[in-house]
Amino acid sequence: MDTIRQIRFIWKPTIFLLCLVPAGLVITDLFEITGTLGANPVEAMLDRFGTWAIRFIMLTLAVTPLRKLTGWNWLARFRRMFGLFTFFYVLTHFLVWLMLDRGLYISGLAEVLPAVLEDLTERTFITLGFTALVLLTAMAVTSTAAMRRRMGRRWQKLHYSAYAVGMLGVWHYWWQVKKGPDDAIYYAAIFAVLIGLRVYWYLQKRKKKSRPTPRATVTP
Amino acid sequence: MLIKKPADIRPSEITTKDNYLKRRDFIRAGSIAGGLAMAGPVLSAVVPDQRRAQLADVGKSEFSTDETLNSYEDVTSYNNYWEFGSGKADPGMNSGDFDPLPWKITVDGHAEKTGTFDFDEFIKPYDLEERIYRMRCVEAWSMVIPWVGISLGDIVKHYKPTSKAKYVAFQALHDPYRMRGQQNRRLLDWPYREGLTIAEATNPLAILAVGIYGEALPNPNGAPIRLVTPWKYGFKGIKGIVRMSFVEKMPRSSWQRAQPREYGFYANVNPEVDHPRWSQASERRIGGSVLAPRIPTQMFNGYGEQVAHLYDGLNLRKNY
Repeated sequence: MDTIRQIRFIWKPTIFLLCLVPAGLVITDLFEITGTLGANPVEAMLDRFGTWAIRFIMLTLAVTPLRKLTGWNWLARFRRMFGLFTFFYVLTHFLVWLMLDRGLYISGLAEVLPAVLEDLTERTFITLGFTALVLLTAMAVTSTAAMRRRMGRRWQKLHYSAYAVGMLGVWHYWWQVKKGPDDAIYYAAIFAVLIGLRVYWYLQKRKKKSRPTPRATVTP
Repeated sequence: MLIKKPADIRPSEITTKDNYLKRRDFIRAGSIAGGLAMAGPVLSAVVPDQRRAQLADVGKSEFSTDETLNSYEDVTSYNNYWEFGSGKADPGMNSGDFDPLPWKITVDGHAEKTGTFDFDEFIKPYDLEERIYRMRCVEAWSMVIPWVGISLGDIVKHYKPTSKAKYVAFQALHDPYRMRGQQNRRLLDWPYREGLTIAEATNPLAILAVGIYGEALPNPNGAPIRLVTPWKYGFKGIKGIVRMSFVEKMPRSSWQRAQPREYGFYANVNPEVDHPRWSQASERRIGGSVLAPRIPTQMFNGYGEQVAHLYDGLNLRKNY
């Protein structure tokens, strides 16, 4: 099998299933098959889905720098999948918050709506997280090849929001803890490196462009 | 401390048995999972049985609530005790080797009687009482805990504070070798400190707890002695107390030092005054199913009748 088919038929399905494992473990822990979610299972679910969301956005943003540093171009074939898993984990995190923590599923819309709206508009860290979810939703629905073709240059613009999602994720994490920054500082550091590399490469490229290339003096 | 062998079956032992059953389920589940290393935290959070000394002659109290108790396991496996790490399961997991005794408590400041006392000597003059209190954490969750403790008011009176004493300041043990959370100096400004006004400290609700469920206080809950003020957020309940000082000026608590805009001296439970980053209007009662709704938070955690008069004329929005 050639590399492209190997990636498509072996590696992609394998990585896909691996990406689902953290979510699966939350469910099996909830039903106390593999472990337990402890004394506060709703909080544990929120934490675990949220932590994996932030890990996945970092992984997604790491694809391009890793490719450049290692020359492993096949990595690019996993970028969309990682991005969609970021969306998946942010969405599950949000749904646990809305349905169980705020209790939409338990108490009904009329009961929880005022508190939900207050949280979304007045708690900065929740506004940040929700903004990230909106951006991810837009990216997820336009993630198909057909959409990419149809949108042309606008597609790239929209999908630059991945950087915003990374920033919003770190910020959201940083602000929700009792006394920040806790583990959020590690994700902030990773994010800074991923953005820093891009800025560095961009500046390098600009330098090269602005310098006129003397054609005749190229030595063998 | 008065310690005797268990004589007859008390409600706490029923819960203990329940824990055993849960543990068994757990081990079974673990073997199904085939060595997935997920079982560790909970198993090790269960306090070793030999440490579970029974407390004798524990009286009842009119201040106890009849709400459903949280299980022994909930109370000892979900804690904020950063001396042993900042995760909720950390105190249960990291305090297994901690042997609190021998323990000394220093009483100093503006009082007629001062000195350093052995733990047994310190608690001997008083009666032990069971106090079943709601505990509301500033993080918007709550538990119902059957503390065993002694009236803080009785302790304060015992040392005869002078008219200069306006506040009682508490200080916790600082021992980074035995409390690994303290090795991280950025976590908090160790040692942990707290304080109460004299009026708060002598309110009948305030106790120093030396046990839960009729047994000596487990390590994750602040062994051997900690403060319990049920109308205040849980972080006021300083654990592992080694010093009690009668002072003239309002002491600054550890959380005030860490985040003065978010944590104040009074820290009374108040559903109308939100934490700057989250709402305090409702809380999640630990131990319920994932489908249990949040419950509304009560002013002074439902203890207004006993404590509201302490704050007459005080702006509780400013004095959070």
